[in-house]
Amino acid sequence: MADIVRTDVVIIGAGPIGLFAVFELGLLDMKCHLIDILDRPGGQCTELYPEKPIYDIPALPSVSAQGLVDRLMEQIAPFDPKFTFNRMATGLERLGDGSFRVTTDENEVFEAKVVVIAAGGGSFQPKRPPIPGIEAFEGKSVFYSVRRMEEFRGHDLVIVGGGDSALDWTLNLQPIARRVTLVHRRPEFRASPDSVNKMFALHERNELDFRVGQVTRLSGTSGMLDSATVKGPQGDAEIPCTRMLPFFGLTMKLGPIAEWGVELHENLIPVDTEKFATSVPGIFAVGDINWYPGKLKLILSGFHEVALMAQAAKHVVSPGERIVFQYTTSSTSLQKKLGVA
Amino acid sequence: MTRLTFFAHDGARFDVDAENGSTVMENAIRNAVPGIEAECGGACACATCHVYVDDEWTAEAGEPSPMEEDMLDFAYDVRPTSRLSCQIKVRDELDGLVVRVPERQG
Repeated sequence: MADIVRTDVVIIGAGPIGLFAVFELGLLDMKCHLIDILDRPGGQCTELYPEKPIYDIPALPSVSAQGLVDRLMEQIAPFDPKFTFNRMATGLERLGDGSFRVTTDENEVFEAKVVVIAAGGGSFQPKRPPIPGIEAFEGKSVFYSVRRMEEFRGHDLVIVGGGDSALDWTLNLQPIARRVTLVHRRPEFRASPDSVNKMFALHERNELDFRVGQVTRLSGTSGMLDSATVKGPQGDAEIPCTRMLPFFGLTMKLGPIAEWGVELHENLIPVDTEKFATSVPGIFAVGDINWYPGKLKLILSGFHEVALMAQAAKHVVSPGERIVFQYTTSSTSLQKKLGVA
Repeated sequence: MTRLTFFAHDGARFDVDAENGSTVMENAIRNAVPGIEAECGGACACATCHVYVDDEWTAEAGEPSPMEEDMLDFAYDVRPTSRLSCQIKVRDELDGLVVRVPERQG
């Protein structure tokens, strides 16, 4: 088994609420390790709308979503949180001593007395393009990411999309594949202009194909593609292909959390409003993923939730220890933890 | 008040009185028009409030912005009349606007 990372609290999700949980737990001397499927902190804030201003964070009349995340990272730095990015927390089991073992899709192992689910709308996963019957080809000839470039060697490859992923893989796989056809709805791209220029240059030299249109149909047998039908301005065209890589952005799915034995209600996790505890003692849920009467999916509500949750988590991590309620303005001990006293 | 008409994919008709300044998406959600998901809450960050604007209204409703075009890449069965309803602001000139919900969101 891989090395086990031991910490006080494992937080699933490094969005704004997961980040602020580090602060509230840290004030009570609990160490945190965060796991997130994205490659950086911020969750939806950085993934969906980094430049959008948020107007309802108390005392910040306007802050960009990325700005909020940057400030949270600064605020929690004194507690030295650890992060594991690009990983999905897949497994959770309860150990004999009552603590939890969390595993990821890359088999990392974490053990902690408390698990905080701050997974927002769920984990970001590649969006399935709206092509009828595509499921039958997934994992066999249709892939949503490139794990090993060699798997595409010698194939007739169709890449669908107009963003950086689509363009980057078009350029990277063009020398390896037998033929690459890039399909995009329109001749404009939302990718780096340099990549777009390179793609058009290869297209001019007839070293790849670029087609304007939308893939409407796939044909093949037993999951292996033979061709894709592209509906374009000049009508339908059938493109022979043996591999396809669609890049249609990300969507949020609850994912493996649903299998963790925590009670769910319409893909949300019911909690109480004193401790934000789930149906499993030691597992808490905060932010957009939880549900209670009157729940509002606001960042500000999530901040409140983690403050209360931290008190309850402390009783699990350090049973019997008395919690002294203190203010950061006046408590020397809290100020020491924050590195300002 | 500005009158908007939504047709759900099954043909169900929703006539809605909308406040100027609100978005077409907000009115769809408020009136529970089926098929408008608005996953991102109106940030032009997904493509789940996709609608087709009826031909006679496309000029008045306007063209999608470049950012909206980028998001439409993720939508299903995009047509020349496609818009993201969170990006259409209700105003007097749109009184009578008719939009149709596609078969599915992306």
